Amino acid sequence: MSKRKGKNILRLTASYITLIILAICAIYPALWIVLGSFRPGKSLYSKSLIPESFTLKHYGELFNSRVIMFPQWYMNTLKVAIFSMLLGVLLTMLTSYALSRFRFRGRQNALSVLLVLGMFPGFMSMIAIFLLLKEINLLDKHIALIMVYAAGAPLGLTLIAKGFFDTIPRSLDEAARIDGASNFRIFTSIILPLSRPILTYMALLQFTGPWVDFIFARLILRSKEKWTIAVGMWDMVASQQNSNFTVFAAGAVLIAVPITILFMFMQRLLVEGLTSGASKG
Amino acid sequence: MEMDRHRNNATILSILSMGLGQIYNKQYIKGLLFLLFEAFGIYYLIGNLGKALWGIFTLGDVPRTLVKGKWMEGDHSIFIMVQSLITLVFLIIFIFVYVQNIRDARSVAAERESGKQANTFMQTIRYVLDYKFPVALLSIPTLGILFFTVLPIIFMVMIAFTNYSAPKHIPPAMLVDWVGFDTFKNLLALKSWSRTFYGVLTWTIIWAILSTVTTYFGGMLVALLINQKGIRFKGVWRTILILPYAIPQLISLLVMRNMFNGEFGPINQYLEYFGLGRVPWMTHEIWAKATVILVNMWVGIPVSMLLIMGVLTTIPRDMYEAAEVDGASGYQKFKIVTLPMILFTTAPTLITQFAGNINNFNMIFLLTGGDPVKGDYQYAGATDLLVTWLYKLTLSQNKYNMASAVGIIIFVIIASFSIYNYRRTKSFKEEDMIQ
Repeated sequence: MSKRKGKNILRLTASYITLIILAICAIYPALWIVLGSFRPGKSLYSKSLIPESFTLKHYGELFNSRVIMFPQWYMNTLKVAIFSMLLGVLLTMLTSYALSRFRFRGRQNALSVLLVLGMFPGFMSMIAIFLLLKEINLLDKHIALIMVYAAGAPLGLTLIAKGFFDTIPRSLDEAARIDGASNFRIFTSIILPLSRPILTYMALLQFTGPWVDFIFARLILRSKEKWTIAVGMWDMVASQQNSNFTVFAAGAVLIAVPITILFMFMQRLLVEGLTSGASKG
Repeated sequence: MEMDRHRNNATILSILSMGLGQIYNKQYIKGLLFLLFEAFGIYYLIGNLGKALWGIFTLGDVPRTLVKGKWMEGDHSIFIMVQSLITLVFLIIFIFVYVQNIRDARSVAAERESGKQANTFMQTIRYVLDYKFPVALLSIPTLGILFFTVLPIIFMVMIAFTNYSAPKHIPPAMLVDWVGFDTFKNLLALKSWSRTFYGVLTWTIIWAILSTVTTYFGGMLVALLINQKGIRFKGVWRTILILPYAIPQLISLLVMRNMFNGEFGPINQYLEYFGLGRVPWMTHEIWAKATVILVNMWVGIPVSMLLIMGVLTTIPRDMYEAAEVDGASGYQKFKIVTLPMILFTTAPTLITQFAGNINNFNMIFLLTGGDPVKGDYQYAGATDLLVTWLYKLTLSQNKYNMASAVGIIIFVIIASFSIYNYRRTKSFKEEDMIQ
């Protein structure tokens, strides 16, 4: 018996050590960048993880610098994010509701088409979108970016949302229909209230997208004062060759903290979204 | 004969012009709307169709020329192509509406023959909302997808069959022409291109397999580790280990890029401190490949961990109890119960992740940018995937036709995987059986 107990203790100790090492690996980069943002000076190099003195100067620099238009980029991103979220979620809801609830000719094909189109690398259409937007004079305008994000939303999210709607019992709609409810009414008073988890999931993804996408943003937004935050951050690392690492760190912290907190709170929801297309059935 | 009178009249009238059949059926507002659409359509097509047809065949035939010391602008092949494409799509929509108009007039007339009153406009709207609701709903997103996804894809496919590339065929200075399958032939058979293509393709596949397998089994190990009997504070461990997933990738990858910096990054600094040599994380071919796999594990393991922890909670206890009764050891329980259950539930996600990794643009582009450069490659580095190579070919090299050809090949690979996968999952086959 005691031999078994000893083995057990050994197993648990080894497990805890592994977990602690993994936890350090998980936290270290975040810790490093947060501490880096408080470090005096500009350089990437530092003698120790914890700086000898702390400063808030880099955060101030973000908001006062002429070169780094952080507040402007922040507002731009917020604007694009809110509108693309509203529009994108609406479009996705319409598509997935129609595909989940109604049986019509060409439905199965519509599903396959959505799936196939979703598999084209997004930026394969980049140049074409660029030229199309140029044709209709929308280059360097935020509305163009909003349209691109919102129009892309149904491609990525419809199958997941449809999977969710499929799980809402259809007997509910049928009962309402017998009571004379119209399709719109069924949608707003039965489906919408029941689909809050998937709504939140989609809204979250649509909202955070513009904060981290720089591929389309860089393509469409040409002038610096129109940039979104992602383009600005990428530019700081890629074209300025880290000449101002600590300011980059401060910016990174300001973007990452709100999004990280949002995701931490919603992790359960995210897993549901992740698996709802697959694990069901 | 007398019986078909309405039907034939309505059909013939609506063939003559949109809306006439509806007006004949006494559906005045609907008829007027059709007439207006036709007027607009014909006006647009007269102005554009001829030019579009000419454009799609020739892609322009007047190059920019020097006249008395001044440049005279010629045809811009690519704009001509885009404009022609838009016009042709409009033509297809126009024809589609025209056919619908004829069918509508005919079916309403048929109902009139059987003695029914034609719907008023309000009744029509009501009918559409009740019975054609899904089609009405889908029309708006469809337009968005048509304009921002389908049209660009058609355009890019067309580009692959032209010679639109630097330095010789870049508008507005020069014209672009159709070249048939030459681009694909060059990509697959011309030594300079094919060496890069097969090299990058091989690495893309190796990368996709390694990155999927490492994150999946890594995640499984971590999940099992936390889920062990006797481990305390399970929720805390999970929350800590999920952190890399919650941080936006754009930020975490740019941070990693700095951490693995060979000269000033903290990782090499620690290695030196412990008396180990510096490692050329980003600059040596093999090391760079290892680095991207490693960083991808950091980003990807949390997702698999969450996923598999979710599955673990759904495995019924009595399956383990039954195994225990049969005298199974811990390892046997894992092999007989846990592993098959995990694999069974997560297999589709595994394939999705594999497909996603083939296209994992962010990981490579933000971390290494495809570097280190390989001398015998055409505009690609050692860690470049097909997608990042495509991106470079487009944005920095302007080899649009090559980029499109690469894109089409990526698409074929991904599509065959995903369609196979999707058709197999039960949610597709048996979706009506859930309810």
